[in-house]
Parts: sequence; C-alpha cells; structure tokens
Amino acid sequence: MTWFRKEKKPLETSPAEKRVQTEGLWTKCEGCKQILWKKDLENNLQCCPKCGFHFKMGSRARLAMLFDEGKYEEYDAGLASPDPLHFADRKTYRARLEEAQKLTGMKDALLTGRGLMAGKPIIICAMEFQFIGGSMGAVVGEKITRAIDRCIAQRLPLVIISCSGGARMMEGAISLLQLAKISAALARFDETRKPYISVLTNPTTGGTTASFAMLGDLNIAEPGALIGFAGPRVIEQTIHQKLPEGFQRSEFLLAHGMLDAIVPRKDLKSYLASTLELLGAWNSSPTRS
Amino acid sequence: MPTREQQLAMVEELEKQIAELQSSTPPSEAAQEEIERLREQIASLRKEAPGSAHDAWERVLLARHPQRPYTLDFIHMLCTDFTEIHGDRRFADDPAMVAGLARFEGRPVVVVGHQKGRDTKQKLLRNFGMPNPEGYRKALRVMQLGAKFNLPILSLVDTPGAYPGIGAEERGQAEAIAHNLKEIPRLAVPIVVVIHGEGGSGGALAIAVGDKALMLENAIYSVISPESCSSILWRDWNHKEEAARILKLTATDLHGFGIVDEIVPEPPGGAHADPERAGALLRSAIRESLRVLGSLSTAELMERRHERLRQLATLIRET
Repeated sequence: MTWFRKEKKPLETSPAEKRVQTEGLWTKCEGCKQILWKKDLENNLQCCPKCGFHFKMGSRARLAMLFDEGKYEEYDAGLASPDPLHFADRKTYRARLEEAQKLTGMKDALLTGRGLMAGKPIIICAMEFQFIGGSMGAVVGEKITRAIDRCIAQRLPLVIISCSGGARMMEGAISLLQLAKISAALARFDETRKPYISVLTNPTTGGTTASFAMLGDLNIAEPGALIGFAGPRVIEQTIHQKLPEGFQRSEFLLAHGMLDAIVPRKDLKSYLASTLELLGAWNSSPTRS
Repeated sequence: MPTREQQLAMVEELEKQIAELQSSTPPSEAAQEEIERLREQIASLRKEAPGSAHDAWERVLLARHPQRPYTLDFIHMLCTDFTEIHGDRRFADDPAMVAGLARFEGRPVVVVGHQKGRDTKQKLLRNFGMPNPEGYRKALRVMQLGAKFNLPILSLVDTPGAYPGIGAEERGQAEAIAHNLKEIPRLAVPIVVVIHGEGGSGGALAIAVGDKALMLENAIYSVISPESCSSILWRDWNHKEEAARILKLTATDLHGFGIVDEIVPEPPGGAHADPERAGALLRSAIRESLRVLGSLSTAELMERRHERLRQLATLIRET
C-alpha cells in the first residue's frame, strides 16, 4: 500500500465554469504594450484606458458614437462592385469581396448615414477598414459623391471619417478616377457654403489622402494616426534610409502645417458640433454669396 | 515559330540597325529605303502574336521606351514660342514638371506636363519624371494663369508617379494632388489632357482632369505600377507581366471604361520609331478637340465638364 495515496477526490470544475472563455477577452495595447480587458476598451471608445492609444474603430461604431442616441438613416447600402476588371490573382476579386461582405455585413468599404448630431441634421460617411483595408473603388467613390450631392440638395454639412489604405488595386484606373470625381463634387459643394470636415484616422494613406481627406474646410486627425501619400515602406525602399520616429503621424503633420487640429476620440463629437456651429452649418438664412 | 522573347529581341535588334542608319548624316537614299524596310519588318513582328499578357506588358515597355518622345519633345513638335514658367512661388521650381505659355497652330495656350530625363544627368535633374508637391503647385498656378487670360490648357501626362520621399511628405504631396483635383475643374477654359507615356496613379491624375482625355496608343494609365502590384499580390516582381495584364492599363481598356475619350494612333513600332509622325498624329487630335471645345460657350463647357466628372468611372451595381 502506498503511503501517499490521495485522500480527497480531485477538484472538479463545474461544466458551466468550464465554458467560460478567456481567449479573445484580452488584448495587448499597441501603444503601451499593457494587457487590456476588451470590455474596458469597448467602454472607452476603443482607446487604451492606460495610455490613450487609439485602436481602429469600425464604421458602424463610428456613426453610433457621433449621431444622437446612435440613430441614423443609412443611404446607398445596396451599392456593390460588379468587378469591372474581372480581376484575379491567386484569388479572384469576387471571392475577396464576398469574404469582406461576410466579415463586415456591408457591401463595400463605406457607410453613409443621415441623422442628428447635438440635435442638428448632418450627413456622415465613415470608411470601414475591415473591408479590404478601407480601400476606395467605384462604390466608395459613388457613395461619397452621392453623399455630397445630398448635402448640396438638402443644404447640410458633411463629415467624412477616413480610414483607408488608398485606391483599390482590384479596380485599377477606375479606382483612381474616383479621386477626380469626388474632388470635383467637393468643388461644387463649396458653392453652398456649408462646411465639410474631414477626420483622418489611423491609417489614411494613398489616394484617400490625395483627395477628399485633405480637402476639408477643416482637416482634423485622431492622435497618433498614420497619414501620408506614400506608405512608409515604399518611401524606405525608394530612399534606402530608415524613417525618423513619428514620421507621418498626426503630430508630425500638425507640426508641418498639414492639419488644423488633433482631436482625441472622446472629444470628437463635441468638437464637430461646436466648430460646425461656428461655421454656420445650420444657419437658416441663406449665407452671403 | 520564334518565342515572344525572341521576337522582341529581334525587334530590338532591328531598332538598333535603324538607329545606326539614321546616325549617318545625311542618310543616303538607300539608307532611307532600308530604314523603311526595317520598320515594316518591325511592324509585322509586333503584329504576329498579340497575345494579351504579352501585349499589355509590351505596351508598358513601349510607354517607358528610353527613346520615346517626352513632354518637351512633344511641346516642341506641337507648339511654337514655348516660354517656360518656373516655380510654385512657395518653395521651389520642380524640374520634373514643366509649364509655360506657347502657341498651338498660332493660338496662345498654356502647356503643363511631367518631364523625364534622357541621360543619367538629366534623369537625376528631372527626378525620373516624379514631381514633388511644388511641381503640382506650379502646374496649378500656371493653369490658373491660363484661365485668367482665357487660354486653353494642354496637359501632357508622363510620370511613373508622384515622388515618394521624406521632403515630399513634409511639404504635403497628398494635399498638393488633392488641391489640384479640386481646383482644376473650376478653371473656365477648355482643358485637353494627353496621356502620352506613363500615367502613374495620383501623380498623373493631379494634372489629368479636364474636358477631353486623349491617350496615345501605347501609353499606359494605372492606379499602381505592374511591379508594385506584383510585389503586393505575389510578394515578388516576377509576375509583373501578369500584373500588367490584369490591371487593364492599356488605352483600349481605358477607352472601354470611358475613362479615355479618344485613342491617338502611333506610327508602326511605337512613337519612338518615328517621333515626327507621332507628333503629327497627336497634333490633329488636339486640333479637333480644341475646335469642338472652343465652339462651346463657357456655361456649356462647364456644364459638360461637370457632367463628365460626375459620371466618371461609375461602374457599380445596385442590389
């Protein structure tokens, strides 16, 4: 007989307890490297409660955060890409689209809504980074242009929240020409004297920056966002040099005169509401022309 | 049957022979005849296998051909009295972009365009035709000057892309391009755009907004270079030919999408084979475009442009 026999039964975990998941509940902050409880992050608008690092925010969460009570009417939800180039590399563009549609529940990488912000009507567009890197093809281009057309017709202010790698390669030159289409529409919007505020978030690069993102009456950014024309890797390959710390971040652009302000996410709604008010976005009398 | 690579090598060899014959000045009558014969041979070689993949990549090579006429070559063939205007009045003069006043068939116009360099020294000076923000700002400034004095604008596009450098980012490359895209459509004079070499993404588009887009037969216009596309999708440059094909960057493709209004033919073998002829073909296309646009009132012109830009590349489906 062994003298070390266990006297007690081994501890048993109840089946209910066993089902508690720990994986996926925690995440690491890209800023301070601390481990964060995801719930804390959600409750803090996807910003690190410890260092303030701004995580990416989905387009639906964006609109929910900015519109009063998170309520808005969505526009042009049904627009989709017909794959005009019949693009296929190792995978077809159609398959990529379907995957992205499944992942996001959206037809393409932009969400447009009309609703009230601080009690005043406004149209807001938000780009969806989860949808092929927030890239801009014909659907994104058309949806933004329609949003601008509506702002002109309804005499409303406009806010666009950018989060995008740029033009979408899989639609070739068609993507490229969206830059021209949207920018020309913004030139017409100027004539209404209603303000357009561009909000640049992490990341905003390529054709998105080289068109509507830099064409706001005010261009503001979230802290620490990567903003540029060429991506950092492309620049490094071209100049064969390491890039300086903080290059192409919001603070760098502010210092170089390319941004009007850096606004933390928690202050975004009040900043937009108050500056739009100052610019006379909702003045009922027709503005001086 | 020789392979495509062998055929291209043969074309190159024949072109070399032509160059040698032309270098003996003045070329004798026999030499001229020989040149003609060689050109015909090249033309038939090129026609033999218009396989799509090879075709698109071949056009990329032609669009970048070192002997292809560049913007200033075209300006000198198309215009008289070219008077260059330098600088953006903000930071610097960018030699990768040229701008100035000129006469097109006697009529004063404004010309802007990307400029590449021919030899190493010139290539460096012109930064391989890749403008910095000051280049785009200069182009806009001179276009605005044209609008002020009611001069039609000719824009000649030939760039691998806007320069991706530290200084370019610091000075707002994206802002410069975006600003052009918004301001050019307001200019109340006819704007004719000619994509004659490489139309490299946003760097090309920044001066390629207008009332009429002409594209030379062997020019290319794309959102990304085939090399970069290959390195993103396949993680190396070996699929650049395949990338060139799937990007649909040829004049025929873009005409099909309605992005380009007219394809301007090139002489057999490409514009570099007979630059004078290429210039003459382009001249008649520009003349006709200016004639049509010039017959419109300013209100009609702007309405037409607005409509054109609003409908641009609207390839979507409603579900």
